[in-house]
Parts: sequence; C-alpha cells; structure tokens
Amino acid sequence: MYNSPAETAGITAGARQPLRRALNKTELFFRRLAFNENHLVKTYPRSMAARVIRHNSDIGSEGKLPPENWKLQVKKLSGEVLQITLDEIMALPKTEITYDFKCVEGWDQISHWAGVKFADFIEHYKLHDEVKLDYAGFETPDKQYYVGIDMPSAIHPQTLLAYQMNDVLLNGNHGQPLRLIIPVKYGIKNLKRIGTITFSNTRPRDYWAEQGYDYYSGL
Amino acid sequence: MLIYWANDVYTVTIFGHTFVRFFPEWFYNALNIPSRLAEGMAFHFLFMWFFTLNGIFYVLYTIISGEWRQLLPNRHSFKEAWLVLLHDLHIRKMAPPQDKYNAAQRIAYTAIIVMGIGSVITGLAIYKPVQFYWLCWLCGGYHLARIFHFALTIGYVLFFVIHIVQVILAGWNNFRSVVSGFEVINEQPKPVIETTNEDEQAKEG
Repeated sequence: MYNSPAETAGITAGARQPLRRALNKTELFFRRLAFNENHLVKTYPRSMAARVIRHNSDIGSEGKLPPENWKLQVKKLSGEVLQITLDEIMALPKTEITYDFKCVEGWDQISHWAGVKFADFIEHYKLHDEVKLDYAGFETPDKQYYVGIDMPSAIHPQTLLAYQMNDVLLNGNHGQPLRLIIPVKYGIKNLKRIGTITFSNTRPRDYWAEQGYDYYSGL
Repeated sequence: MLIYWANDVYTVTIFGHTFVRFFPEWFYNALNIPSRLAEGMAFHFLFMWFFTLNGIFYVLYTIISGEWRQLLPNRHSFKEAWLVLLHDLHIRKMAPPQDKYNAAQRIAYTAIIVMGIGSVITGLAIYKPVQFYWLCWLCGGYHLARIFHFALTIGYVLFFVIHIVQVILAGWNNFRSVVSGFEVINEQPKPVIETTNEDEQAKEG
C-alpha cells in the first residue's frame, strides 16, 4: 500500500489509488450516517473572537488588492452569468458568526465574520434550480485557488459569503472583498476572494483535493 | 504541508521548562514525513476502520469465550503488579502467584483496550466535531479531545516498547507458542519413588 500506484489525476489527484478510494468511501459513510443540516457549529460570544485573525495562505489572492470593478459572477444553469457588486451583496440580510475556525494543519482560532448567508443569497437571486444539484464550485478571480463543496454543506445555515471580519471590511490578506466562510468544513474550503460560483452534479475542481487531500473535508 | 508537524504545539513543559517537544525537526526528517500530511491522513482514515473493527472483535471474543476473567484486573492487582515489577527488575526473588497472566499483564492488557476505546471516541470527536457535537462535548471539547488522542498515541508507543522488551525476555519458545498455541518444554522425567543405596543396605543388613 505504501508503494501502491498513484491515482489517475482528475478532480482529485496526488493520493495513492487505494487510499483515495478509502477516502471517498469514508466520506459517503459519514455523510449518510451523520450529516444533518441542523447540526450547527458551536458559536462563541463576540468578546472571544481573536483581535488579529491568523493569516495563513495567499494562494489565489497573493495578499494583493482585488481586480478593479470586481463583481461576483454566478453561472446559472441557463448559461446566464449574474454579475453582482459588493454593494448589492451588502444590501442583503446580514448574518454574523463567531466560531472556531479550524485548519487542517491543526490550528484553530475563534474569529468573527459577517456577510450574507449563502442560503439567503440563493433565495434572493432565485437559484433554487441550481441548488438542486450536488455541488457548488467557488473560484478566485485569478483562478489560482478553487474549491468544490457538496450542496448540503454549501446551503448549511451557517455558510456565509462574508465581507467583514471583526466588523471591518476584508483586506487583501483575508479575501477582500468577499470570501467564503463555511464553518462545517476545514479552513481549506473557506476560499478567499470569491470570483465565480458554479453549480454541477460532478465534483468541481478543488485545489487541495488535487494535492492528495480528502475532497469532503467536512467537520 | 505538515500537521503536528505544521503546528507542533504539544510539549511536555513543567514550570516553564520544556522537557519534550512533539516533535523536534530531526524526528520528522528521520521518518521522512515533511510535506506528507495528505498522505498521512489518507492512511489514517483507511486504517482507522481496521483498528476499530479489530478492537470490537477482540473485545467480543474475550467476553464470549470467558477469557475476560483472565484479563481483567481484580482488587489485588495493583499491589501485585508492583511486586511483579520488582521481580522483573530482579529486585524481588519470588514472583507473586498468577494464573494465566500476572497482575501487571492484567492491568496492561485491559488498559490497552481502554486506550483503544479512548482513541476511537476522541478520534470521532475530532473527526466530526460538528456532526458528533455531543461526543466532542463528552471528550471535554475539541482541544482536549485532540490532546487525549495524541497522548494516547504516545501511550501506545510506550506500551509497544515495554511489550517488545518483555517478549524478547520471555524467549523464542514462548513467542512461538503465541502463534502455534502450545509450548514444548523438555524436562527430565523424575522417578515416582526415590531410593538410595544406603537405605537398601540398611534393610538387608
């Protein structure tokens, strides 16, 4: 097993074949057994949120400013691509959350975020047909970082399209102007600087899954 | 990317002095694990199944077969285990009486099962802290569950070291008997009645 062949590189890559099969089967087992959208991550009083949010990785944003005239692109099933400005997003119902952000590296940090619930976003832009599919894909504008998320996790009540941390608009280090905050997943799925959102029945490409990590990465 | 390797915060620190770091750089390099977090996790999430199923079958076996009576410590075991240790260290000449296993073995073989159960429970708690939120709570929260899970692993290593030493000390025949189920010991047969020449001479004369 230690020397088993590498899996054929596809949406997932970088793992050994039998190990990747095991990861996928384990995902199915735990999703069927345990996943319930009513299970919420533990939230904390606002006062426990870290003052300085840990800055870990810049893949997909390089800490720099977003492109001029950034707009959130949402690809609908019809082929139409919505172009949404930050102001329009900030006009939607605002939800805050203070939770323990967990990184797959092993560190965690209680942090405060605010934005629009992805579920509310879906409601407003009438993406009901889109969320009937199995996966939502998120990519940065420069397409350097991308994640795929199973739909039940994406529409989980605590998943946010976040534009504030600690009540301050996101800066270049933290995904300005809009990032994904999805508490039911490890940090790797919390993509910084959302450029495009897509929907599909097949797994969208995922940066760390291509490096051998578990695609699901769910908590 | 690394894991305890990326975020190695676990140490044994007493009064501000760090005695053990988990782990120093040379340790990771010797095991050739830098940048192999994904692979490590993938192995872990496969073998956890075998670990758990094996544990369940083993415990069921000990219950069904009655072997548990040989394995569980009794109320004398903790004092006896100390005597066993002294005997093993050649400080005490006499070994305390035992059935199949001595008191130290009873404690060790039961403890390892308790540890195994602990690893499974804390493992599930840190694997799915949201879905198994109640389990995570039972373990004292995510942080504490992680520490327990890690400490238990260190415990296994210690168990393993002592176990291997004891196996070597018990000798090849004993080791082979674990696989074959029996051990052959060669002994000189002793006569049932022993007489000496002096006695016979006394009777005659």
